[in-house]
Amino acid sequence: MVKIAQISCGTDYSGVQKEIEKAAATFGSEIIIPEADLDYIDEAYEKFGFNAASSGIRLMIARAMSIVEGKTDADAVFIATCFRCAEGALVRNELRRFIQQNTHLPVVTYSFTERTKADELFIRMEALSTIVARKSLLAREKQEGLTIGIDSGSTTTKVVLMENNKIIGTGWLPTGDVIETANTGMDQAFEGTGYKLEDVDGVGVTGYGRLTIGHHMNAALIQEELSVNAKGAVFLAGHQRGEATVLDIGGMDNKVITVNDGIPDNFTMGGICAGASGRFLEMTARRLGVDITELGPLALKGNHMKAQLNSYCIVFGIQDLVTSLAAGGRKEDVASAACFSVAEQVYEQQLQEIDVREPLIQVGGTSLIGGLVDAVSTILGGIDVIVPEYSQYIGAVGAALLVSGLTKK
Amino acid sequence: MKIAVFPPNSLILADLVERKGHEALVLQKEIRKKVTDVEIDSPPLNITEEEPIKGLKYAAIEVPSGVRGRMAIFGPLIDEAEAAIIMEDAPFGFGCIGCARTNELSMFCLRKRGIPTLELKYPKSREETIEVVNKINTFLDGLEEENG
Repeated sequence: MVKIAQISCGTDYSGVQKEIEKAAATFGSEIIIPEADLDYIDEAYEKFGFNAASSGIRLMIARAMSIVEGKTDADAVFIATCFRCAEGALVRNELRRFIQQNTHLPVVTYSFTERTKADELFIRMEALSTIVARKSLLAREKQEGLTIGIDSGSTTTKVVLMENNKIIGTGWLPTGDVIETANTGMDQAFEGTGYKLEDVDGVGVTGYGRLTIGHHMNAALIQEELSVNAKGAVFLAGHQRGEATVLDIGGMDNKVITVNDGIPDNFTMGGICAGASGRFLEMTARRLGVDITELGPLALKGNHMKAQLNSYCIVFGIQDLVTSLAAGGRKEDVASAACFSVAEQVYEQQLQEIDVREPLIQVGGTSLIGGLVDAVSTILGGIDVIVPEYSQYIGAVGAALLVSGLTKK
Repeated sequence: MKIAVFPPNSLILADLVERKGHEALVLQKEIRKKVTDVEIDSPPLNITEEEPIKGLKYAAIEVPSGVRGRMAIFGPLIDEAEAAIIMEDAPFGFGCIGCARTNELSMFCLRKRGIPTLELKYPKSREETIEVVNKINTFLDGLEEENG
């Protein structure tokens, strides 16, 4: 049983405590509350140096200190405070750094509202449990045998057929009915290889549709996308050793994962703003009358400074785009500004939350948009950004690689 | 008389109030109702997701849900109060109620009621403690006289 230490303020009065426990229990984990007596609370926050006005937050600090000082036995840490609490946000972030600097425990932070439900926490709890329980599987560096990986994403489904550490077939199509789409994707991947599904040693599934497809196909690996993507990214980038950051700007949510020797040790996920997603770029391409594949090269020719877009809202972003075009703005500049606006938002909402470690491996369909990769690098002060070959198949590759460690052949 | 105490879970203040024949409005009684209600199963405090919504009466939608959940429980006690004793700067052991923003709002609501209110600072020495207890007793006796 994986023990997840909960460090929080407000969960008990927000009606979300049972949701947190439910999410953890779903993935075979148990929520534990670190011990902290009254004297220890004063001692801990003085030692930590943050004199919070809320005693609930001081208690959080003491609980974190208890983990760092080895008074509590935990395998992973979940830090949560109320959405909108400024003091909570400050302390949440500082405690995450503190625990990461002083322990090897994976940490996930979250800000909740009274509407937070267990399924919103599933992916975080599943990833925390996986990092702890499947550490040896995640350390796998080579794909063996013939395996297939399916990444059933919110927008597109990606399939990869791998044989002895090489990609021999791929499939990529818009997600509709998840099982039907996965079957078509597999047909695409098998095409020209001479193999059929019966020849495959193992099936690995990830993405939004993973449970449906995984159960339908009796897959050996059904895994959330955070650990799978991290693995796929370092494998494709040839960076399995040392530190790296994986950035996946998706159609519906964005993931930033820091990795050490191929094992994720921290991540953030955003999914509340369409202005910071691939969807915004898709709409931009449509408005500009170009195919999404042409948006990147177009953006690289433009100057984002010449067409400022509202970087906080998809609706107003598009409105600015229309205004810019109507005022005689060049398509290239607008495309560049759209990429820059998405990168800026991802930076402000997510990258700031995490200690970005070089190199940054950008993956997912949006990594093929050159202008966006360029914008991410510029915003991060010219950091080294790697876009590996097959970067859009990252989840499928990760699933195919990991499942090879579970097959009997 | 019904006396609200702050912190609303202070056993010492509640005891002083009851010794003088008044009724202390404390959090423990409210939580007890929730713990003993078989319909609710949300440990450790049995706050349901309805509570933060009820708390909207006291704190707006942009206020953290933890504050609104707390106010759903504290708020009705403040409404019911006929007098109040507020103790500021109290340490954890005196009655920890967690959230500083909720404390600020609770004290503001109590003051806004316009009921007889005694405001004190947590005593730091034996002399100060004796003085505080005397002030509380005098305040409570005065309420009785006022009440007839």
